[in-house]
Amino acid sequence: MKTVITSTGNSTDSPFDLRFGRAAHYCILDADTNETTFIENEYANAQGGAGTKAAEKMVELGVKRVISGDFGPKAKELLERFKIQMVVLNGEDKTVQEIINTLKAN
Amino acid sequence: MPVKIAVASGKGGTGKTTVSVNLYHFIQKHWTESVQLLDCDVEEPNAGIFFPEAQEQYCKQVSQRVPTIDTDTCTFCRKCVEYCEFNAIVVIPPASFAEITPALCHSCGACLWACENGAITERPIPLGNIKMQNIGNNHSLLEGSLEIGSAMQTLLIKRLKKETNTNHDILLFDAPPGTSCPVVATIIDADYVILVSEPTPFGLNDLKLMVDLARELNKPFSVIINKAGLGDAHTHAFLEEENIELLGEIPFSRSFAEKYADGQLLQHIPEELEGHFTQIVENLKTKLS
Repeated sequence: MKTVITSTGNSTDSPFDLRFGRAAHYCILDADTNETTFIENEYANAQGGAGTKAAEKMVELGVKRVISGDFGPKAKELLERFKIQMVVLNGEDKTVQEIINTLKAN
Repeated sequence: MPVKIAVASGKGGTGKTTVSVNLYHFIQKHWTESVQLLDCDVEEPNAGIFFPEAQEQYCKQVSQRVPTIDTDTCTFCRKCVEYCEFNAIVVIPPASFAEITPALCHSCGACLWACENGAITERPIPLGNIKMQNIGNNHSLLEGSLEIGSAMQTLLIKRLKKETNTNHDILLFDAPPGTSCPVVATIIDADYVILVSEPTPFGLNDLKLMVDLARELNKPFSVIINKAGLGDAHTHAFLEEENIELLGEIPFSRSFAEKYADGQLLQHIPEELEGHFTQIVENLKTKLS
């Protein structure tokens, strides 16, 4: 199963990004292989529709769960329709690696 | 062709409507009777408040055409997605999913052009109302009011301008606050822009943004300082430094503000203000006729 964690940078040392549609990067954690890959969010600075586009990307990538600081209404609607779990995390002082560690510990 | 004058400010509450309504009044008195006022602040039009005797000539609902995708015909090629400048289209091929988010759609029609399979058709959704009011002696006020929840101010402003009578000598545009798209849509075709500011740090900050915008759009402009006597001297210093013309100053008057709040802007114009507005109109007349 693939989980996405929103990230401010392109490595696991990067701080968590509290924004979903306008996150700088997405860290894709594959629970089956234990591998992480990072993709840049090409819509981070879009004038509008960033949330929708990010949600579209999640569906394309076959992600089942997204961890972010919050989700906007348009993104939420689309993610719900594709049954992608949204996890809201109040973790502005955490790094992506710390979140991965917590996930693994559970 | 009418001379188009736009009144803008950046900061809200500096006196755009006060200046627009008074200019409308004094232009008729000292320049030409053939003037039409347009309230382009379509999110909260308020110029009409100052014309209690106004008679409605017509009020029509205007709509915006929003596309929909027929997923039976769609091949999920994503060409429409590439064409859409506003990220309003979501197409997910593996899920056979194709939808348009109306709240993001600007009705530009690019997706219809892009689709080679005829899968996209348009349907109208309400955009708002345009009201034409007679405000005496065949003078008219055109007002747009945007549908609640819509973010397509620019579209309605463009439609509003299409309703103008081009036989008029002068069209006066009362702009919305801010410096974003609706303001650009208001001043883009203006021949002259009047920036209304107040001598406060907030007024000055937004005046600078408006000056940048007017310069970017190559619009001739000058500044009216409203509520003069309040605040500080930084606005005057800025105008001097930047070599920007001060078209006029309207002194702060508590009794005038009270009349405004009561909707009595044109019924009780203090003599002192009459002099200021007359001078401003004379200046404009020399400049633009």
